[in-house]
Amino acid sequence: MIGALRSEFRKLTTVRLWWVLSLTLFGYVGFTAGLLAGVFGSLGDQLASSPNAPQLPPDALPPLIYSTVTAVGYVIPLILGALSVTSEFRYQTLTPTFLASPRRGIVLGAKVTVLAVAGAVFGIVGLVASMGIGGSILAVSGIDPQLGSADTWLLAGRVVIASALWAVIGVGVGSLITNQVASIVVVLAFAQFVEPILRLGASIWDWTAAVGKFLPGAASDALVGSSIFTSLGTGTTSVQSLEWWQGGLVLLGLGVVLALAGFLTSWRKDVT
Amino acid sequence: MRTRTIGSGTTLQFTNLSKSFGTVRAVSDLSFTVEPGRVTGFLGPNGAGKTTTLRMLLGLVNPTSGVATIGGRRYSELEKPLATVGTALEASDFHPGRSARNHLRVYAAAAGIAPARVDEVLGIVGLAEYADRRVGGYSLGMRQRLGLAFALLGDPDVLVLDEPTNGLDPEGIRWMRGFLQSLAAEGRTVLVSSHLLAEVQQTVDWVVIISRGRSVYEGSLDGLETGQVVRIDSSDRAALTNALSSAGAQVRPTDDALLATGITAGEAGAAALAAGVPLSLLITESVGLEEVFLQLVGSDADGTAAGTTEGIARVSA
Repeated sequence: MIGALRSEFRKLTTVRLWWVLSLTLFGYVGFTAGLLAGVFGSLGDQLASSPNAPQLPPDALPPLIYSTVTAVGYVIPLILGALSVTSEFRYQTLTPTFLASPRRGIVLGAKVTVLAVAGAVFGIVGLVASMGIGGSILAVSGIDPQLGSADTWLLAGRVVIASALWAVIGVGVGSLITNQVASIVVVLAFAQFVEPILRLGASIWDWTAAVGKFLPGAASDALVGSSIFTSLGTGTTSVQSLEWWQGGLVLLGLGVVLALAGFLTSWRKDVT
Repeated sequence: MRTRTIGSGTTLQFTNLSKSFGTVRAVSDLSFTVEPGRVTGFLGPNGAGKTTTLRMLLGLVNPTSGVATIGGRRYSELEKPLATVGTALEASDFHPGRSARNHLRVYAAAAGIAPARVDEVLGIVGLAEYADRRVGGYSLGMRQRLGLAFALLGDPDVLVLDEPTNGLDPEGIRWMRGFLQSLAAEGRTVLVSSHLLAEVQQTVDWVVIISRGRSVYEGSLDGLETGQVVRIDSSDRAALTNALSSAGAQVRPTDDALLATGITAGEAGAAALAAGVPLSLLITESVGLEEVFLQLVGSDADGTAAGTTEGIARVSA
């Protein structure tokens, strides 16, 4: 198992995808967090004076901005996880992989473990962007970035966990949809289009909201405890949310089920 | 490389191996043995089932029935697979964005092989100076050498190489020949597949020839080379076939004659006379190695007269 772990770690760190995606995450989250901090930081007074605008007390701003790592950036660790599997199919590197480690379940276990760690590191990279850039802009705007608060660091810890779980889910998605292009298209379409619509639609009635809170993005926001989506929805619709630990269990369960399904299908197939 | 004593090597055993992909039967009831200390050629035309057979040996493809073992154990039961069997399959199993050194390190890590061994094998195959270049920029010949470096990583007792001379220049082919023979001389088991007899003719000591997933010949190259064909015919083909068969010949019908092997023209004539069958044709044809190979795989390749006459046409040409 240790050999398989080291092998999977080397696979991840010896091609450029790893830091290309880290930079993308840093840029994406940094830009979003910076924009939100700038907009709400400078408009805060005006929003407060117009009763129809969404109300955001200054205390609610830092967690909302710091959680952009997962609220908008979760697709990056998800893609990292998916590509870690699909590239093996695309470049037929499963052949040398299974020659060196014939027990395929151990290979998949090692990949899940290494990608969980990589996802956690991605979470940290994202936090450096959201807390560094977003926090600085908040401070400049005269809002307390709450960097000394225990709640902020608890949120940061849950962001790291959520990011790790997203990478694991990615491994499962890649194992089920082994075509690289198809896998990326499905991930992007679901994350950027299907799920936001479902979440919006689910908030119309109470019973749909009760189902909608189990959507992976909603579960992820519940785990982290804050999100631009849930914050802006408050008060206008019947958004429901899981407890943070329930959200974590939903993501973990999704990752385990997808990885198991992938193992039972594509991972056990003949490698030709 | 450590020295070995000849005789302590590992034997490969293929037993009644069959594989179907859907309705396509890729390998049918294939049995043969690969002994240590010599280079065994695994020959057959493209699509004959060579790669599928090798992948079943390596645990990559599940046989429909039958079993293939390495020293009596299946690949998945090997404790140190890379140290037991070194494998070079097609020259395409690389991530193009990874360097040769990192490619080998990935699998060395999985198999618990020291990183120093990676530099060693890169030197053996002559890739040391390109080791940090991305594999995507490699020529086919360089990829073949990298594939061989992967096979050598664990300093294995057994080497299984699929078409290793594909894409090599003549100098590279000569180098590969000498290299494989030196590996066999150290007591290792070397199995080399090829669709071209000429490419392995000077390298192999023993051949297994398959066609359409079935074994059509197993033996030494000399056994193939000395083979002669007797072209014989009669108005009563059934009686002639019986007479020749009981004289110990293998008889194969074609459109214009019967082809008998394992018998001389004299013996065939005597057998026909003894059985009272009048002959209309009796010719001895000596056939070259390549022709025998083409006959073997041609006659079995589709089992029709067309395939057979093509083989015969080459014989008489």
